[in-house]
Amino acid sequence: MLVPFFWLVSTSLKPTGREFTYPPEWIPRPAVWRNYTDMLFGPIPFLLLARNTVVIAALSLVGVLLSASLSAFGFARLKFAGRDFWFMMVLATMMLPAVVTLIPTFVLFKELRWIDTWLPLIVPSYFGGGAFNVFLMRQFFLTLPVDLDEAARIDGASSFRIWWQVIMPLSRPVLATIAILNFMGDWDAFIRPLIYITTMRKQMIGVGLAFFRGLSSGYSRWNLLMAAATLMTIPVVVLFFLTQRYFVKGIVMTGIAGR
Amino acid sequence: MLASLYFAFTDYRAVTAPTFTGLANFSRMAKDRYFLISLGNTAFYTFLGVPAFQLSALLMALALNSKIHGTSVYRTIYYLPSVMPAVANAVLWVWIFNPEFGFANVVLRWFGLPGLAWLADPRLAKPCFIIMGMWATGASMLIYLAGLQGVPEALYEAADMDGAGTLRKFLYVTIPMITPTIFFNLVIGFIGSFQVFTTAYVATGGGPVNATLFYVLYLYQMAFQSFWMGYASALAWVLFVIILIFTIIQVRLSSRWVYYESA
Repeated sequence: MLVPFFWLVSTSLKPTGREFTYPPEWIPRPAVWRNYTDMLFGPIPFLLLARNTVVIAALSLVGVLLSASLSAFGFARLKFAGRDFWFMMVLATMMLPAVVTLIPTFVLFKELRWIDTWLPLIVPSYFGGGAFNVFLMRQFFLTLPVDLDEAARIDGASSFRIWWQVIMPLSRPVLATIAILNFMGDWDAFIRPLIYITTMRKQMIGVGLAFFRGLSSGYSRWNLLMAAATLMTIPVVVLFFLTQRYFVKGIVMTGIAGR
Repeated sequence: MLASLYFAFTDYRAVTAPTFTGLANFSRMAKDRYFLISLGNTAFYTFLGVPAFQLSALLMALALNSKIHGTSVYRTIYYLPSVMPAVANAVLWVWIFNPEFGFANVVLRWFGLPGLAWLADPRLAKPCFIIMGMWATGASMLIYLAGLQGVPEALYEAADMDGAGTLRKFLYVTIPMITPTIFFNLVIGFIGSFQVFTTAYVATGGGPVNATLFYVLYLYQMAFQSFWMGYASALAWVLFVIILIFTIIQVRLSSRWVYYESA
């Protein structure tokens, strides 16, 4: 399982030219840590791209948490005509291949002159927040006792206040799960930034790495390429390690295991 | 969505306004060699890959379900490849499959076998993608794990009383009890593998000789490299219909083999 990882890290620490020795050296001596600094300040501005990705992820996460929880609150707690029908519609969109909506949304953003800005990557999360997130939050909200809402309502709280002051504070576990999943998703984002962003300095990290792979296949700097891939992997691995309890819980919570 | 459906019936090249052309895009597909190649590649990847992914995920979940010390560490290890960003994953495997110096050929040499060209060989490129996919099935693995832990202990005890061995318990208790989980993973896996894109874009760009020109990759090339938006929209809708039909077939067939406790 881990052998490919060892191969990755080991190659990333080899001096240029020694990536190709046979039998392969598993622990390169000396380890060339400079590969990493070369990478960070090298041909692709990786630090800048990482910063871009974090900023984009944070800005869209606020939108996801606010709008997905609002719609989930509506589906879990409010009664309105056709509620179940609309909820089924939300679930149905999860099955629609992403590529079906890719072209019309691209055309829309082109008409809005948003191409080569971050707006197409951020703004959509403020409108609905994604079907999967709505679904996950609704399932969680259903586990919270309705008595709480009713007590708040008797005290004269509006639905909006119930959402913000009763439900949201109790939902920290699910909000954290969604935050983690979304950050990992954005760190991994590929096709949307590839389509929407044309300037390298505005790009996200995944496309940056792919572009560097394209560059480096010409001059075969495998050690640098592996250093870049390791750099991109470390943050998610650390994040996963720190949060794996939430992660597993999130899966159990939705009951997608089929029972 | 509706816009996409409309574009599917137009000749739309991004620079000019869409003009309505009826079914022209769809009849073009029938004659489009690359459409057929990409569809065939994707079908190959899906029908061989999804069972392989599920098998490896289930085996890992079974290994992790046994009560040994430090399971959470093992779980993390097995899940790691799935956390790895798709681009980094693709970059790593291109190096592993490097025809001259890659790890795959190092292993072959240990056994005294000649090296292979792997991703550079049109016959091997698709199986290589399946190997990459098998490595990163942690998500399905976790779902299997959750399913396995839902199997009531009492059933195993009853089977023990009847003198059933490990294999019989697995075949007659475990498998029937987790059929809903298997079903869920199959449907999700199928939908996902029909849309394979990032690894193919990064690792091979569709080559060699179109051996890994997968459907969504071809669609991307049509839409965002040739700017043939109308045709690409039509391709997207065909994909949607294919996925829908196979999902319905799977749901229909499921009543014959999926066992629900409550039913």
